[in-house]
Amino acid sequence: MPLYRLNVNGETRQATAEAETPLLYVLRNDLELNGPKFGCGLGQCGSCTVLVDGQPQRSCRVPVSSVGDKPVTTLEGLGSRDSLHALQKAFIDEQAMQCGYCINGMIMSAKALLDRNKQPDEAAIRAALEGNLCRCGSHNRIVRAIARAAKEMAG
Amino acid sequence: MSAREFNRREFGAGLAGILVAFSMAPSLSPAAETGRGLPGMLAANRRLDAWLRIDPLGTVTVYTGRVELGQGNITALAQIVAEELDVALERVRMIPVDTMRSPNEGTTAGSNSIEAGGAALRAAAAEARAIVLKRAGERLMAPADTLIVNDGIIIARNAPGRISYWELAGEISLQQDATGSVAPKPPAEHKLVGTAAQRLDIPGKVAGEPMYVHDMRLPGMVFGRVVRPPSPNAQLMSVDQASVAAMPGVIRVVRDGRFLGVVAEREEQAIAAREALAKAARWQMPSDLPDPARVHEHLKGLKGIETETVNEKIGPAPAPVKTHAATYRKPYLAHASIGPSCAVAGLVDNVWTVWSHTQGPYPLRGDLAKVARVPVERVRVIHSQGAGCYGHNGADDVALDALLMSVATQGRIIKVQWMRDDEFGWEPFGSAMEMSVRAGLDADGAVVDWQYDVWTCPHNMRPGNPRGMNLLAAGHLAMPFARPKPVEAALPGGGGDRNAVPCYEFPKQAIVDHFITEMPLRTSALRTLGGFGNVFAHESFMDELAHLAGADPVEFRLKHLKDERGRAVVEAAAKKAGWQKGALSDGIRGRGVAYSRYETIKAYVAVVVDVAVDRASGQVKVERVTAAVDSGQIINTDGLTNQIEGGIIQGVSWTLKEAVKFDRQKITTRDWASYPILTFSEVPAVDVVLIDRPEQRSLGSGEASQGPTPAAIANAIFHATGARLRDLPFTPDRVKAAIQRG
Repeated sequence: MPLYRLNVNGETRQATAEAETPLLYVLRNDLELNGPKFGCGLGQCGSCTVLVDGQPQRSCRVPVSSVGDKPVTTLEGLGSRDSLHALQKAFIDEQAMQCGYCINGMIMSAKALLDRNKQPDEAAIRAALEGNLCRCGSHNRIVRAIARAAKEMAG
Repeated sequence: MSAREFNRREFGAGLAGILVAFSMAPSLSPAAETGRGLPGMLAANRRLDAWLRIDPLGTVTVYTGRVELGQGNITALAQIVAEELDVALERVRMIPVDTMRSPNEGTTAGSNSIEAGGAALRAAAAEARAIVLKRAGERLMAPADTLIVNDGIIIARNAPGRISYWELAGEISLQQDATGSVAPKPPAEHKLVGTAAQRLDIPGKVAGEPMYVHDMRLPGMVFGRVVRPPSPNAQLMSVDQASVAAMPGVIRVVRDGRFLGVVAEREEQAIAAREALAKAARWQMPSDLPDPARVHEHLKGLKGIETETVNEKIGPAPAPVKTHAATYRKPYLAHASIGPSCAVAGLVDNVWTVWSHTQGPYPLRGDLAKVARVPVERVRVIHSQGAGCYGHNGADDVALDALLMSVATQGRIIKVQWMRDDEFGWEPFGSAMEMSVRAGLDADGAVVDWQYDVWTCPHNMRPGNPRGMNLLAAGHLAMPFARPKPVEAALPGGGGDRNAVPCYEFPKQAIVDHFITEMPLRTSALRTLGGFGNVFAHESFMDELAHLAGADPVEFRLKHLKDERGRAVVEAAAKKAGWQKGALSDGIRGRGVAYSRYETIKAYVAVVVDVAVDRASGQVKVERVTAAVDSGQIINTDGLTNQIEGGIIQGVSWTLKEAVKFDRQKITTRDWASYPILTFSEVPAVDVVLIDRPEQRSLGSGEASQGPTPAAIANAIFHATGARLRDLPFTPDRVKAAIQRG
């Protein structure tokens, strides 16, 4: 199995895996990151979303060999409990989840949205999350959390 | 605070942590007949230290038998304990259920955590507080009833000095039985209960900490996957195990009867081996599933239907001047958790240890022991969170899958997660149902006679049934375990007849449950059980009757509703929504109302729904839902709002979009494309009005908003278009056809 050097959350990390191995399993099992979750393996639900070169990608569909030296950002890369990103903080403030299994995808998709549109309106937020599924019915809280984070980031 | 500590302890410390926990196990007292009068399961587990400990380092450790399913109940339970003890919420450490040390509270289901689990913890905490204060009074030389507690610091009103719970921890013992003689705090003194305290588990979840069983990593852990038959009754003719066993990383190919699994060093290797093993297996598939085009007729024609009149009122009643009848249908529904079910199993210190997101760790343990043919003491189930389950999904079944694979590998620690198609293909569904109502109105437009029939398959086939075994793989083994004969649960909770008894006062009524004991598709508990179908039928039909009587739908309900608290939620929802009697529709926008009291004894919920209907396409957009809820005493205001709001949104999804698809051989719902759910652009605005009644006991609420939702949508579509939708889901084709019929 080939050895890959990945740029994950600002650090160079190494993993040995077959070329076609989805990035998701390398992140979760080799690099012991918990943010991206397996939801469908089909790119349909968004639970596994990470940023690759700043773009939201379904890590269940990205072969590890295709990543190269492009920076990968996971939920952990945004912030930890002691230094939360504005999005993470807003999700706490809005209590924007029930089970939280989909929340990685919501926050990472929102991060990509806010990177390209600093003040999205509600319709833009909903459109950006259209491909992310939530089963608990926390959608409106999630939208509020993202709007709140955008406002706080704008200062 | 505590959430992170328990993560490190449960996961990071790995096996060492597990072994420490063994020696900490409290000795649970045997079920004592003298425990009568104590609330919830405190009566069966009377020892106070089985429920909570006061720790010298300034924390309170709480053992609950309830599990966190994403509904926030663990935070609410922590609030109850913190309130009763007068300590800060941050000091309370909630220990996930572990059959080695937690009280047995059975299955966390039926919206019972706060009603029953909370009552037990409140009573235990009140007794613990009294024990501590007795000792504090001796130390401070002051009567116990003059003591004041503030975050665990105790002072006396008329005496000097201070002492804390933490200093007294070594001087008191909770190794004693609850007496039932200590009254909890009066609600008027509550400071933390009734607030929107933030969930304990959310910070860890937004930061990507290991919060779920899916995130467990133990030393030496390997990965398993299952290969299920292609259809429920497919028989395995042959399988080439050797070629798969030779694949990279494969540790073991497991076969027992038609149970097939693979164990591999790496997760992607297990997935590749699963695909190869599926291709290497030859199956014979009978065509024995119902014709999906006439599933309800098929179910009603099955043998073994047990018909019972579950509720009856015989009048007197005036003769009706008008009569009306209608039949409603609900399809099979999937729980459709976002995270496919997962479990970790292994032999730890000679005990088969299983980490699971089950709703019932103790019932699961019993069933696992039966299948593994070991004494129950040699199986330990530890709860670890999963994705929201909304009832009995694949959680228990995957726990057995993991255990079987661990047994086949001499006890290796194996993490098994179902793939998406495993989850859709094999979770137990919510039953298809048919509901028929006939009613008569008197000259005054009042209901004088209500005849109701419901046809339903089982809604409760959970683990822990002494009459048989319903874990999926157990039925696939070479020596299979037999499923228990389904039994309909008794009202008021009921099963398929949950909420079949109307919440209104009718002089004459007969409620008949036709319980279909066969299961062409495997079914079990899905949020509300039969309540979703029954309330849909009731509240749609109430609207039809209001129309027939020429009455306003809100007034018509109030006319038949005597319960003041029920009336209050209907009035509150109508007021908040700005309900206008006789409001006319423009043919596109419509408004509907519905009401129910969950299980007829739990939370009261009324909803008003606004829809917009595209008459050309039949597309329905639910634009706004306004709800009012009375759950008695509210423990966590935001937690309650979250449950009501989430139930409504899930209910809108069930109503507009969802039905499990199958053909004569197999389940064809296998992914999110074949089982679409509501997306962000389709989610309505939701407004929830809470009616707090601090002096009333808390009522179960987690499932309470789901039942009224489909009826309010149907009623709103009728208001908008004059078309009456009686078959769920309300797909554009059905709505369009109903509009065209006129």
